[in-house]
Amino acid sequence: MELQQGLEIPKIKMPQVVAAKEPVEKGAAETTRPIIEVRDLDVYYGAAQALKSVSFEIPEKKATALIGPSGCGKTTLLRSLNRMNDLIQNVRTMGSVKLDGEDIYAPSTDVINLRRRVGMIFQKWNPFPKSIYENVVYGLRIVGINNRSHLDGTVEKSLKRAALWDEVKDNLHKSASDLSGGQQQRLCIARALAVEPEVLLMDEPCSALDPISTAKIEELIHELKESFTIVIVTHNMQQAARVSDYTAFFYLGELIEFGETSKIFTAPDKRQTEDYITGRFG
Amino acid sequence: MGDIEIRVARRKRMDGIFAILGLVSTFVGMLTLAALMVDLAMDGSARLTQTFFTSFPSRFPDQAGILSAWVGTTLVMLVTAATAVPLGVAAGVYLEEYAPSNWITALIEINIANLAGVPSIVYGLMALGLFVYQFRLGQSILSAGLTLALLILPIVIVATRESVRAVPGTMREAAYALGATKWQTVKDHVLPYSTGGILTGVIIALSRAIGETAPLITIGALTFIAFLPGPPLKAEFPFVSFEWLMSPFTVMPIQMFNWTSRPQHAFHLNAAAAGLVLMVMTLIMNGIAIYLRYRFRKRIRW
Repeated sequence: MELQQGLEIPKIKMPQVVAAKEPVEKGAAETTRPIIEVRDLDVYYGAAQALKSVSFEIPEKKATALIGPSGCGKTTLLRSLNRMNDLIQNVRTMGSVKLDGEDIYAPSTDVINLRRRVGMIFQKWNPFPKSIYENVVYGLRIVGINNRSHLDGTVEKSLKRAALWDEVKDNLHKSASDLSGGQQQRLCIARALAVEPEVLLMDEPCSALDPISTAKIEELIHELKESFTIVIVTHNMQQAARVSDYTAFFYLGELIEFGETSKIFTAPDKRQTEDYITGRFG
Repeated sequence: MGDIEIRVARRKRMDGIFAILGLVSTFVGMLTLAALMVDLAMDGSARLTQTFFTSFPSRFPDQAGILSAWVGTTLVMLVTAATAVPLGVAAGVYLEEYAPSNWITALIEINIANLAGVPSIVYGLMALGLFVYQFRLGQSILSAGLTLALLILPIVIVATRESVRAVPGTMREAAYALGATKWQTVKDHVLPYSTGGILTGVIIALSRAIGETAPLITIGALTFIAFLPGPPLKAEFPFVSFEWLMSPFTVMPIQMFNWTSRPQHAFHLNAAAAGLVLMVMTLIMNGIAIYLRYRFRKRIRW
C-alpha cells in the first residue's frame, strides 16, 4: 500500500488542479465558518427513527467525515443534506438543516437548485451509459447550456479537477462504461464538479475500489477541499483519519461526538467513540 | 456414509428427471408451431404466387387474393400502434415514476391488470357502441385501429412499467443529484435506457393485435372488399389525406375466416395460404422485437 501510493501520487498531483482553483474570497482566517448547520434533525423511515435529534455544524472548505457502524444513520444524514431522502417514500424529516443560513427544509426551498449547490458522489459509481463528455456536461445541459465552447471548457476543467483529464482527454467521446471502476468514480466526481457546487457529499466513495484507486480519490479529496466543502461517509476509520479535518461519530442514530479529526482519533471525550475507534465494536 | 450416497444419488436423479421434463415441455410448444406451419404450408403453399398478394377477393377461388386484407391489416396496425404506444408508454411511465403509492394508484393498477384479461369480443362490443355509434367513426379503419389499441393498451402499459423498473435506481439518483427535474430524468435517462424493452413489448402486443378477429367483426369489418382505401398522399395541397382512416376495411384473419366458411375446398386452400402469410408476418414482427432488444441491450451497459 505504502509503495503503491509512492508510485501513484506523482501522477495525481497536477499543477492544473491548482490553476483551476478559485480564489478564496472569504479570507483564509475565517476558514472554520460553518456552511451547513444541522439543528435537532430527526429522520424517520416509517415508524423507525434513523436519526435522533442530531445537531452540529459543518465547516466550510474542510473535509468532514461521518463515521460509525452500519445502521448508525450516517448515510441518512448525508442524504438529508441535499434532500435525496425526498425520493424515498415514507421518510419524515424534522428539525432544520441550514445551508448558508437558509433552511433547506423550508417550503420555499427549491430542491432542484439545492441539489446543484450540494452535489453528491455515490457508493457505487453511476455514470450514465453515455460518453465521458456527455456525462460531465449533463448538469449544464439540463439548465439549457448547450454552447459548445462553454461545454468544452467545463469538460476540461472538471476532468482536470477530478484528476481524470490526462487519462481520458483523447477519448472524450468513448462510452463511460469502458472506464475502470476508479476512473468511473472520478468521472462521477467530475460530473458533480461541473455544476460548481458549494458542497460535495460523498457516500463511501471508495468502498468498492481497489487500494490504488482509493489512494487517488483520497488525494483528490485533499485537493478539492481547497475549493469545496466535503462531507464524506466512510466505513473505513483509517480513511476518515487520512482525509478529514473534522469527524462526526454516529451510533444508533445519535451523534455521539463531533470534533477535529485529530482529537476524535487521539483523545475522544466519549467512551463509545473510543471503543469504536479502537475497534472494540463496530 | 452409504445413506448419504443414496441421498446424493436420489438428488442427482431428480435433477436429471427435471431436465428431461423441461426438454419435453419445450418440445410440445415447438412441435405445435412446427406442425401448424407445415400443415398450412402443405395446403396453401401452392397458392402463394405474386397474384395472390395483388388480387382482390373473388368468387373464383383461383383468382381470389389478399390485397385488400394485407393492406387493411397494415393500416389498422398503423392506427393501433400510433394510438396505443403514446398512451401506453405515458401511462406506464406515470405509474412507475410519478404516481404516489396510494389507494387511487392501487385501484388503477388493479384495473389495468383486469383490463388485460377482458375477452376481446367485449372490447368489440364497447367499440361498436363508443367509436362506431357514439363518435360516429363508422365501420372504418380508424374504429378498428382504436379498438385494437384499447385491446393492447394494458400489454403496452405493463411492458413499459417492467422496462422502466429495470432501469437502475442509481441512474435516477445520479440525475436528481445534479439537479435534474423528474421529467428531465425520465426523458434523458429512464426512457432512453428502457426503449429496448418497451419496443419489444409494443411489438409483442401488436403481433397479438394482428391476429384479432372477433372485435373487428363486431364493429363491422367487411369480409369482401374489392377496393383499396384512399391513398395517404395526394398530388394537390395539402398533399396528405386522411380519407383512408374512414374507409371500410377487411383484415387478414377476417379474410381467412370468410374463406374457411365457404363450402368449396379451393377456398380452404386460400385460407391456408393467407394463414401462412399471417404467421410469417407475426414471426417477422417477433424477429424485429428480438433484434431490437439485442441492439438496445448491447448499446447500454451499466
